[in-house]
Amino acid sequence: MENKEKKDVFDIIWDFFSSVKLAVVILISLSLTSIIGTIVEQRADQATNIALLAKFFGDSMAPTVYNIFVKLGFMDMYHSWWFVGLLVLFSINLTVCSLDRFPKTLRLVQTPMKPQGENAIKNLPVKKELSVRSGQTTAKDEVLNSFRSSRYRVFEATGGNAVQLYSQKGKYTRFGVYVVHLSILLIFVGAIIGARLGFRGFLNLPEGDSYSYIYTSDGRTIPLGFTIHCNWYDTIYYKDTNTPQEFHSELVITEGGREILKKVVEVNDPLKYRGITFYQSSYGMIPDAVGEFIIQVTAKGGQEKTLRLFPGETFEISGEDFRGTIVNFSPALTRDSRTGALTTFSDNMINPAVAIEFDRAGEGKSTGWILKRIPETGNLPDGARIRFLDYWGVEYTGLQVSKDPGVGFIYLACILMTIGLYACFFMSHKKIWVNIGPDPSGEKGHTKISVGGTASKNRLAFEKELEKILAKASRSIEERSKK
Amino acid sequence: MSSSTFFGVAELSYFLAMATYISYIAFRKNAIGVTATAITVFGFLNQSIAFIIRWVDSYHFWVESTPASAFIESLLRSAPLRNLYESLIFFVWSLILIHLIIEFIYKNRTLGAFVLPVAALALAFIDVSGVSTEIQPLIPALQSNWLLFHVLLSFLGYAAFGVSFGAAVAYLVMVTESRLEKSYIFWSIIVGVFMVVLIAMGFDYLSLSTMQRGELLQSYFLKATFRSASGSVVAVSWVISIAFIFVIWRFGLGLKRVLSALSITPNMLDDITYKSIAIGFPLFTIGGLIMGAIWANSAWGKYWTWDPKETWSLITWFVYALYLHARFVAGWRGKRVAILAVIGFVAVIFTYLGVNLVLSGLHSYGG
Ligand code: HEM
Repeated sequence: MENKEKKDVFDIIWDFFSSVKLAVVILISLSLTSIIGTIVEQRADQATNIALLAKFFGDSMAPTVYNIFVKLGFMDMYHSWWFVGLLVLFSINLTVCSLDRFPKTLRLVQTPMKPQGENAIKNLPVKKELSVRSGQTTAKDEVLNSFRSSRYRVFEATGGNAVQLYSQKGKYTRFGVYVVHLSILLIFVGAIIGARLGFRGFLNLPEGDSYSYIYTSDGRTIPLGFTIHCNWYDTIYYKDTNTPQEFHSELVITEGGREILKKVVEVNDPLKYRGITFYQSSYGMIPDAVGEFIIQVTAKGGQEKTLRLFPGETFEISGEDFRGTIVNFSPALTRDSRTGALTTFSDNMINPAVAIEFDRAGEGKSTGWILKRIPETGNLPDGARIRFLDYWGVEYTGLQVSKDPGVGFIYLACILMTIGLYACFFMSHKKIWVNIGPDPSGEKGHTKISVGGTASKNRLAFEKELEKILAKASRSIEERSKK
Repeated sequence: MSSSTFFGVAELSYFLAMATYISYIAFRKNAIGVTATAITVFGFLNQSIAFIIRWVDSYHFWVESTPASAFIESLLRSAPLRNLYESLIFFVWSLILIHLIIEFIYKNRTLGAFVLPVAALALAFIDVSGVSTEIQPLIPALQSNWLLFHVLLSFLGYAAFGVSFGAAVAYLVMVTESRLEKSYIFWSIIVGVFMVVLIAMGFDYLSLSTMQRGELLQSYFLKATFRSASGSVVAVSWVISIAFIFVIWRFGLGLKRVLSALSITPNMLDDITYKSIAIGFPLFTIGGLIMGAIWANSAWGKYWTWDPKETWSLITWFVYALYLHARFVAGWRGKRVAILAVIGFVAVIFTYLGVNLVLSGLHSYGG
């Protein structure tokens, strides 16, 4: 008695969690509550959201509403206890419901097909009938061949004066929904692992500098266990525009003083080492930094040399009769369209230019600007060339740093979901029975072929396939009976 | 000839085809139906040519501004699916393609009267929104093959959802009996709101000068009507809109009588709704959610950030999952599932346009 009662309670709970009605309720709740989080800016500062709420509730009410919203978790709602609770409920529902149905599907897949009575065949959703002028054996052989060439494994049964062929294809597609449901659960597993064991942080790494730890977004410091060094950062622009085409920087990983890995990272192409990934995500100027000018000089004769110079330093080119001095720098040089004067239009290195003062024996001093993005500006009248390659050490590369051990589960889930959805919507479980017997209309030498079948999906395509197979069979039967 | 010439011809054809499909259901002459299909096919061919020319143009644009890149890379990076304008055009193209396929399979032209208006809606949106039609360089984050396939498959999915929307609205029109029925009120309001928003955007286009419109669609969206600085304009807009929706509600039953006289049956519409969702759902899941997540992970190091655009695509996904389960497992039939299909497409539109117009997000699709 007691035992039975316990089972009943269990049954009730099981039925509750396996019900699709619950799924409907949960899906609606998840959709509706998710909307809140797209309106109220998540994890934003207080002032932003109070200003937003003031639009709906008025200035005087806004702070009160804000406090209520904070209590309800709306300001970080995708992590709030009730939203996470909904997701947990959703997973339980999905698991229990799938477990509940799985045995039935398994039986369906494992149970061998059985021959059917002729009347049962006539009641199937897809049916065809034809009468051919040939003996029963010929008809059977050709139907069999035709099904086989469409890759059906055909079984045979004899009953009375008729033969029955039957076959099925795609029975494993019945598992498609379980694969889809499992993949959803795997996403949750991956997300939980990522949240528990991973981190996300940021690193502004100056050119020429090294770090062996990073800061996470919630203010923790995390040691990397190795050192990351930035050789250089650079922005490439689309030709003749100021639209960035690529942000990239060269990173080096060292461990115990030894260089392990060197890579140029760009957006969409990060550096990965020991489960930690460095993504190129921003860049900027280091305040008050003084760097080195990297300049390449080519003498008239073709002698090429790369120089690294600090501001104010002087250089010579062999064979030339002048001394150059670096006297000025502009990160973004342009000519003002009204006054014609040279000005700097941005603090970022959009169009870097260096001013060099030439001190020529006998002729006195003159100054010229050389632009990095327009190399021709460094062509000297007598054939020598000066190229401004970089003002190095004044920019930092902004790296997003993350470790997410759960991402493998996510990718696995993506693959499974793709396979599962394909099986669910583009494949189908098809069953076919073919009864081959004497034509009841009584014509001598005629055989009647009645076909019936079911398809779990896309009946139209299934009907077309059947028609094709039968047409092929009847063509071969005709050919054989001509011989 | 330029891409925009062909596109202009295509656009005219689609509007003409819409009118012809509607006359077909009004007059029930087979010749009109055949004409409607012919015009649609003609428009489709023109749009395909326009698409190819634009691709070639942007290929040259890409090669000019980035002389160093390889052929395949240049080809992929210049696929015309890079901004709001191009993706909307691709949506229209996919919608017409799927429509023609369904018309061919079902041998029934009635659905055109409901799908072509969805295409016209998108085209009108492109025109009145004043979105930039320039070929633009691609910012670094968007230079990813995952992103390209993400956009391509999502929009094929959206187009399939668009067809299901047309079919579901037609279904509701056919099966609702009285003006007081909830489903009737539902469809008349949805249709009314769509038209009101488009007309209001038309007013933005006509009454605001280019200067006032500025660069970003969200800055001038509905500024001439509902979001006007003048209180009386806002009030008048509301009154006229409500009156307009009332008229649709009042006379909508006429449409039902017209449809009922045709060869189309509610069952067929229900079937088309389901079939297009059965195509759209996997495309949207794989292209929209999965590839979007993979791209986000390779660009920002996080496959999911709950930003509004992502969240809305998840909501859309939930609605269509709900449709599938309600219909197949919970045994819902008829009006209730048709309403879900309509809501699903409203969520699609919100994901794609509403998030940029009404909310804000990380994504670049908005300018
Ligand atoms: C958003 C989440 C979900 C997705 C994407 C999803 C996906 C699917 C898909 C693609 C199918 C196959 C539908 C078809 O063949 O037309 C399916 C079937 C099904 N799903 Fe889900 N599902 C989700 C959530 C759930 C939940 C929470 C439950 C729990 C009750 C559930 C229960 C079922 C059942 C009972 C079936 C029918 C299985 C059968 O044919 O035997 N699903 N699901």
